[in-house]
Amino acid sequence: MDFPILSVILLSPILGALISVFIPKEESKIVKSVAGITTFISLALTVIVYYLYYTQHLATGGMQFTEFIPWVSDLNVNYSLGVDGFSLPMLLLTNIIGFNAVFSRSWSVEKRGKEYYILLLILITGVMGTFVARDLFIFFLFYEVVVIPIYIMVIIWGSGSKTKAVTKEYAGMKLTIFLLIGSAFLLAAMIWMYMEAKGLRGGAATFDIAELAMVKFSERFQIIAFGMMAFGFTTLLSMFPFHSWSPDGYAGAPTSVSMIHAGVLKKIGGYGLIRVGLFVLPMGAIAWAPVIAILAVANVVYAALICLAQKDMKYVVGYSSVSHMGFVLIGVATLNLIGLNGAVANMFAHGVMSALFFSMVGYIYAATKSRYIPDLGGLAHQMPVAATGFVIAALASAGLPGLVSFVPEFTTFIGAFKTSSQLIHVLAIIALTGVVLGAVYVLRMVANVLFGPRKEEWDHVKDIHGSYWIPVVSLIFIIVLFGVFPSLLMDMVNSGIEPIAAKFIQAATQIGGNI
Amino acid sequence: MVNFALENAWLIPFLPFMAFVLIALVFKPLPKVSAFVAITCMLTSFVLAIQIGIGVFLDAERFIEEPLKHTFTWFSMSGLTIEMGTQIDPTSAMMLFVVTLVASLVQIYSLGYMHGDVGFSRFFAYLSLFAMSMLGLVIAPNLLQMFVFWELVGLCSYLLIGFWFFKYSAREAAKKAFITTRTGDFGLLLGLLLLQINFGTLDLVKLGEMIPNFTQYGLTASGLTVIAIILFLGPIGKSGQFPLHVWLPDAMEGPTPVSALIHAATMVVAGVYLVGRSLILFQTVPAAMTFVACIGAFTALFAATIAVTQVEMKKILAYSTVSQLGYMMLALGCGSLTASMFHLMTHAFFKALMFLGAGCVLHGMHNELNIWKYGGLKKYMPVTYWTFLIGCLAIAGIPPFAGFWSKDEILLVTYNMFAHGHQPIYLVLFIMAVITAGLTAFYMFRMFFICFHGELRDEHAHPHEAPPSMLIALIVLGALSIVGGLVGMPWLEHPFGYYVRLGEFEHEAPNYFIMVGSVVVACIGIFTAITIYLKKSVSHEKLAEQYKGIYTVLYNKYYIDEIYLWLIHNVLDGLGRFLWWVDITIVDGIVDGVGKSTQGLGSILRRAQTGKLQHYALVLFAGVVILVVIMAMTGTSSASSMLGGVR
Amino acid sequence: MMGNIGLEHFLIFSGTLFCIGLFGALAKRNVIAILMGLEIMLNSVNINLVAFSRYATTGDLTGQVFAIFVVAVAAAEVAVGLALIVAIYRDRMSVNVEDFDWLKW
Repeated sequence: MDFPILSVILLSPILGALISVFIPKEESKIVKSVAGITTFISLALTVIVYYLYYTQHLATGGMQFTEFIPWVSDLNVNYSLGVDGFSLPMLLLTNIIGFNAVFSRSWSVEKRGKEYYILLLILITGVMGTFVARDLFIFFLFYEVVVIPIYIMVIIWGSGSKTKAVTKEYAGMKLTIFLLIGSAFLLAAMIWMYMEAKGLRGGAATFDIAELAMVKFSERFQIIAFGMMAFGFTTLLSMFPFHSWSPDGYAGAPTSVSMIHAGVLKKIGGYGLIRVGLFVLPMGAIAWAPVIAILAVANVVYAALICLAQKDMKYVVGYSSVSHMGFVLIGVATLNLIGLNGAVANMFAHGVMSALFFSMVGYIYAATKSRYIPDLGGLAHQMPVAATGFVIAALASAGLPGLVSFVPEFTTFIGAFKTSSQLIHVLAIIALTGVVLGAVYVLRMVANVLFGPRKEEWDHVKDIHGSYWIPVVSLIFIIVLFGVFPSLLMDMVNSGIEPIAAKFIQAATQIGGNI
Repeated sequence: MVNFALENAWLIPFLPFMAFVLIALVFKPLPKVSAFVAITCMLTSFVLAIQIGIGVFLDAERFIEEPLKHTFTWFSMSGLTIEMGTQIDPTSAMMLFVVTLVASLVQIYSLGYMHGDVGFSRFFAYLSLFAMSMLGLVIAPNLLQMFVFWELVGLCSYLLIGFWFFKYSAREAAKKAFITTRTGDFGLLLGLLLLQINFGTLDLVKLGEMIPNFTQYGLTASGLTVIAIILFLGPIGKSGQFPLHVWLPDAMEGPTPVSALIHAATMVVAGVYLVGRSLILFQTVPAAMTFVACIGAFTALFAATIAVTQVEMKKILAYSTVSQLGYMMLALGCGSLTASMFHLMTHAFFKALMFLGAGCVLHGMHNELNIWKYGGLKKYMPVTYWTFLIGCLAIAGIPPFAGFWSKDEILLVTYNMFAHGHQPIYLVLFIMAVITAGLTAFYMFRMFFICFHGELRDEHAHPHEAPPSMLIALIVLGALSIVGGLVGMPWLEHPFGYYVRLGEFEHEAPNYFIMVGSVVVACIGIFTAITIYLKKSVSHEKLAEQYKGIYTVLYNKYYIDEIYLWLIHNVLDGLGRFLWWVDITIVDGIVDGVGKSTQGLGSILRRAQTGKLQHYALVLFAGVVILVVIMAMTGTSSASSMLGGVR
Repeated sequence: MMGNIGLEHFLIFSGTLFCIGLFGALAKRNVIAILMGLEIMLNSVNINLVAFSRYATTGDLTGQVFAIFVVAVAAAEVAVGLALIVAIYRDRMSVNVEDFDWLKW
């Protein structure tokens, strides 16, 4: 396909940002519409790409819709884009969430709206870029593009919490610095990998991920480099004990940023971990997998238990998100096709589900100006539609079959039991208790916020109206669609993960022994 | 028509699902239309279910030999293929019939019961969603589909128990139900995963062939036993067995039609159904089967003892349901799919009947729950009275009513497990079952006499009979409670057990001793109830005083709810609070500590910037001196390279 | 003649002068005194250059030429330095270098 559809998808929000610069700052509604239109264009094109890939390329797999423009030829850095079965669901997820983030309600955006939407559009582009980059340098570049807008958005439009002594400045600073420390290790590992590859390829250096994957790095190098990269990526995935930026980051941020944070920012970590970590450094992954598995289970159980003690809505959803990333990491640690499929599908499912959750929580916060659960209650009387969205998000979080997250979780656990490692079997059983705990904290929050006697102090709040319907309808539709027809997602993911999983069988035989 | 139904069995759950979608998206503002859509779809499903029943009934051998299956792949990858579809055999045909029948009757009943309620449309939407979920569960050809619909059934239960969500008690009961069943589902899911891993499939037919040969798949007998027991945790939760029975009595917060449909006839039996469908697994490892039987018998007795003291009609019926579910589990624990399913069917009839009757009473007594406020309702609600009496006689096990045949079947198989050389524990279970039968008769008639006989105790009440829409259901179920058990009479050539069975059909000779004995025990229970509550020759208040200790324990349900709440608040939540403290103080402490120490280091180092020119100059000079000394010591080549020259 | 005056005599002399100048530059409080110290250091360097040129190399006058450059630069530098001092004095009424610490942490 010659039409550079991926670049258009990528640059459409930037175009929106550029146009918005010229719109006067009082007209923030127009800016919102521009943002909405450009993200919708990206979304529509992504759906088309997804459809085309699903119908035409699923059997052959591989990178499609590729674009290549040489950039810094001395270093062999190129503007190289492409999507395959693994990155396409992530791209779709980004666009879904980006589009819905524009229309989600956050009370703080009513001031300085223009700048907010411009930053949001830049953020969306950055995230998209990481998923379509085939060149490691471009990947890192877009990753850095993501961190700065988030910092600014949290600092200016964020909010503090009643239950924890956290200001928005603290939350923003913590998030940014944590991510930058992680990316420092990532950068170091990346450059080291570049130099090693240059040596092993006889002087022909490259940043292209697929070509790097074919280089036979030494086992010692792989283990150390993977450790460094994993530190960077798992920090992004909020793996215990590097997770503490995440709950504060969620709670402190405005709604759209929380949606993007939960929905896609963490998934960049997962994507990088699998695409760069597992794919390029399989032996390193095999060495580190037990550690990742143990920490992942800590994520699931530790964060789930902490959720029980939370009284701030955003912290409940925040820690729940940390807990769900544990499931993703378990899938990654299994290093087999089924587990990895489960992990990636779980990334997609969790993304959509928590976007809806944060959208609803943000709406309630904006309407009632309170995130403190004991103050709320009986809101289903005043806001039945928001309550419906909230409950569906809660049920998806609990992994109810028929909604998007059941099949990925089930697949992840099958993958976990398919490994020959006893440790992972035991860990998986412990993680399964997360299924029960997940229902407890989520239903508790639902009951305390939505149900019970009507409270007159909330009689003035308005239910979902106008453009706020968009996130509710579209996200519920996606959650139910992929829940009832999981093969739409699973087949795509499978075609992307197959080559990655194949590397493990190869790598395992190289070092001898099973995975 | 029969063939159409057999080939398109998927329509049976699909039609109520369509009703749900239509009501939720389109007809919600129009309550009468919503009800019409829901009932029409449900009745159509019922007609289809009858067609299937006829088809299976006429050709039973063929369906038992090879169930009729239609499946499609839901998702798959290398090494894992999950299918969805339908499976028709006598067991599922029977369940389809029962579920669609009771669901249709309950929906018709709800026209009267929920009339005027603000959430009328929502109620019918949820009822339809529930019907879809239960029917999908029942015709599932594999355990995963069963699990999917099992969870959906749990969801509907949550939505319906908490239907009147503005009530604090209702919202808490709904949450409790979901979480308690979820706790059981942990085991169910783990068991499913282990089965899938070891056998590569969750298909019922395939598992039925593979499980007896489990050693070929690398499993030991004890390993398979563990899997079976873990799997059984799910049914313990869903079917309200001890110790996860606590949600069922609280579930009475929901509207009475919900209690009748979900918590008597259908959802709670999902656990029994699951064990029944996987009975081959339990038969292969007898230790697991005995475990099931023990839990079942214990639950039956346990719940019956509590029911004796309760003062709310629905609560008594709820504990009675727990008890009868225990009977069904006991039957499965004796390896008899027949007895269990038979009792499931008859219980659905008479329990739904009694719940709907209780609903009529509540309707007539304007939602007064305490039975001591009732009395003498016989003259105000004759239809309710007579149908309720039929229900009581059925559950007590008086022939020829339905409950007698099925309960007798259970007692028979339990006794046979003991008599035909199996463990002596089955004798204990048999005795427990017999005692429970007596207690059942007692507490049911205790309730019956207090409510319907004597004089109306509350002068301010104006009880009246229910409207016809509510009475239809009572009459139909009453009729079924009379004749429904006759299909299982042991003198028939093809009794119930011929159609619904696991393994070869054996024509059991009727054991008259047990038959007569069970009737005697039931009569003892009834006469005791007559003595205390009808004739009032013995004062129930004096009895309660005399046995105060036991009475208090029973009335407070053995304090199990209190124990669980204590555990959850102090252990679970306490752990949560502790870990949050850890997260804030230790993990965040380290993170903040890194930040603070960097700041600290910075504030120390900045003191070198004195601002004084001469200090800077001194440092500059000292640096040069050091460099020169190094150059002098290491020789000229390093000196020239430091100065930037060529080596 | 009092014995041969060799290179080392000049080097010691210039080294001593340099140290005197350094001490003046680092230890004096009056800015003008610091400037004088700088001048002394520069002149000591001049002596050093000329001495090496005279004793260590033959023929060419590199060192002396360099010394002339240094003299010129020193003159220019003193001019600028004195102008700065006058400007600061006009603002702060002080020529005490310890008072000029606005770049302190």
